[in-house]
Amino acid sequence: MEGMSRLLVCAPDYFRIEYEINPWMRLSNAVVPDRARAQWHGLMKVLEDDIGVLLERMEPVPGLPDMVFTANAGVVVGRRAVPSRFRHPERQREESFFEAWFRTHGYEVMTLEQGLYFEGAGDLLGLPDAWFGGYRQRSDIRAYARLSEIFGREIIPVELVNSHFYHLDTCFCPLSGGELLYYPPAFDRYARAAIAERVGEARRVVVPESEALRFACNAVCVAKHVVLPEGCPETIKQLEARGYEAHPLPLDEFMKSGGSAKCLTLALE
Amino acid sequence: MALAQETVVLHGHIIDSLILAKVLDTILMMGGTFDLTDVKIGATRKEPSHAKIIVRASSGRLLAEILEAIQPHGASVERESDCTLEPAPADGLFPENFYATTHLPTQVRLKSRWVEVEAMEMDVGIRVDREGTAASTVPMGAVRRGDLIVTGREGIRVLPLERPKERDVFSFMEAQVSSERPHGHIIADIARRMRTLRDDREAGKEGSKVLLAGGPAIIHAGGREALAWLIDSGFIHVLFCGNALAAHDMEAHLFGTSLGFRLSAGRAVPHGHEHHLRTINRIRGIGSIEKAVRTGVITGGIMAACVRRGVRVVLAGSIRDDGPLPDVITDSTAAQAAMRAALPGVSLALLVASTLHSVATGNLLPATVPTVCVDVNPAVPTKLADRGSFQAVGLVMDAASFLGELARELGWKA
Repeated sequence: MEGMSRLLVCAPDYFRIEYEINPWMRLSNAVVPDRARAQWHGLMKVLEDDIGVLLERMEPVPGLPDMVFTANAGVVVGRRAVPSRFRHPERQREESFFEAWFRTHGYEVMTLEQGLYFEGAGDLLGLPDAWFGGYRQRSDIRAYARLSEIFGREIIPVELVNSHFYHLDTCFCPLSGGELLYYPPAFDRYARAAIAERVGEARRVVVPESEALRFACNAVCVAKHVVLPEGCPETIKQLEARGYEAHPLPLDEFMKSGGSAKCLTLALE
Repeated sequence: MALAQETVVLHGHIIDSLILAKVLDTILMMGGTFDLTDVKIGATRKEPSHAKIIVRASSGRLLAEILEAIQPHGASVERESDCTLEPAPADGLFPENFYATTHLPTQVRLKSRWVEVEAMEMDVGIRVDREGTAASTVPMGAVRRGDLIVTGREGIRVLPLERPKERDVFSFMEAQVSSERPHGHIIADIARRMRTLRDDREAGKEGSKVLLAGGPAIIHAGGREALAWLIDSGFIHVLFCGNALAAHDMEAHLFGTSLGFRLSAGRAVPHGHEHHLRTINRIRGIGSIEKAVRTGVITGGIMAACVRRGVRVVLAGSIRDDGPLPDVITDSTAAQAAMRAALPGVSLALLVASTLHSVATGNLLPATVPTVCVDVNPAVPTKLADRGSFQAVGLVMDAASFLGELARELGWKA
């Protein structure tokens, strides 16, 4: 999780709104497939051409519209992968495909027990000093005790209290220089205190509410590049002040499902 | 009085994440309490920490609400097992590894359910019925071959006492004994409890009996009238004593002396030392104390008041008894059983001027019964207070002064 030079992605061939499992999803708010495809390819182009990321593309599966959000495939550290255990039955059907991908690509796969919900890199993110695990909305806090054993790392569980920010990566984005881009009201006061204890004030970049609701924190950071959804000028100003190059992109088709740049990628090493 | 409780465990990086703090805060904010037992903090940041928390609440319902609220933060109810049972190998013999009780409220887990142990008493065993659904205490001598006895430590939990709701001398639960403390407010608090219990009893409420266990010093010191008045006025419902208290009480009625001393003049009278023997002989001739009262031989004093008011009296014999009186139980195991049988419904115990009867009674009482121990010798209340966290008040004072002050507080005009 330290760098993001290789990313797993999945094309939006079957991406649509087929169910409602977060407050962003509305069956009536249909995805426009051409726009979604164009936005996704736009993201891939910036990642590959402008930032120099190596992309691993996995085969989309008909009837699994959310497989496009590979951040939730699981979590990968070195050659070891732990596939997700989704809370909602609608996404549980993705589990076997992600697990199979990890296995066929030579990863040592460690599985969590059935019913121990954990939604992958969507909820587990690392700073150099500590890893943080979002819980309450999707992942079960008990998964972090197990993951900490598997990876031999400290994982600080943080409670997510706002259903609009249902995964940790919707409100919390570690940057490569050790800073943290985040939206504090998405956390309870204990989590805010625990984050402040580990990330000094100078390293905390607070995103304003209007931009947090545009998923400014659902950003992909590789070296000094940050790819984020467009319409977040305040966040960009703060990133640039810290020496990052921002790449704002139109990704609103994916916001219909409650996802943006980060949700569409999974860091592989 | 007993609280509902459950043990939960928290595991992982629970310290720096403030998860442990959050769980404990949640318990308190919802009106519960906790005991943190067995906390292991990881030696490095990488190492997880572990905490075992006993959660307590005033009701099972509140406990369930608290458990539901802390569950999402990782506090899982500890996996529990049923208690182990073994048959008694012979009459009067516990299985080798039997569980020895305390006097605190205790529960055992039977068929995945926590069941309250009935008739709680210290230093006995726990017997479970054939169906495996109910449990009660059983003394060693009373166990029968094949009885199912709780063994080991699994599936047994001892609950601490909840601080009583009444704000009086018992609510401090400190069991201090000192001859230097003022007695007045303590006796006033005891009187207040006794008045409430008498009213409850007259209203037909269960569990509102007052027990007095006393020694003959009550008679010698001049506490007889006050105690007789307390019994006649319906403040005392169970009396534990020995041969001597009853004998000297009736001696006072028949001869006006106690152990030969004229009670009114405080002097030894000629041949007075024979009076208690003549009294005992007279009652033995009549057949029982009750008969002596009913036939008008004994019309005043403590025993007469007990018969008139239907007070349950247990006379337990001892090795130095004269006679004894026909009502005295001379088999000490049988006496213990008779005392035990008289305890259900007792809500206040007064142990006055008798080491033997005070300690015997204290051993039989569950910790939930408030107890007052009065003796001129501080060693007696101290010995009882040392039994643990029960609601004990020790008073270092003379029996007659105590009973006189108590009776006056309750309206005795003398």
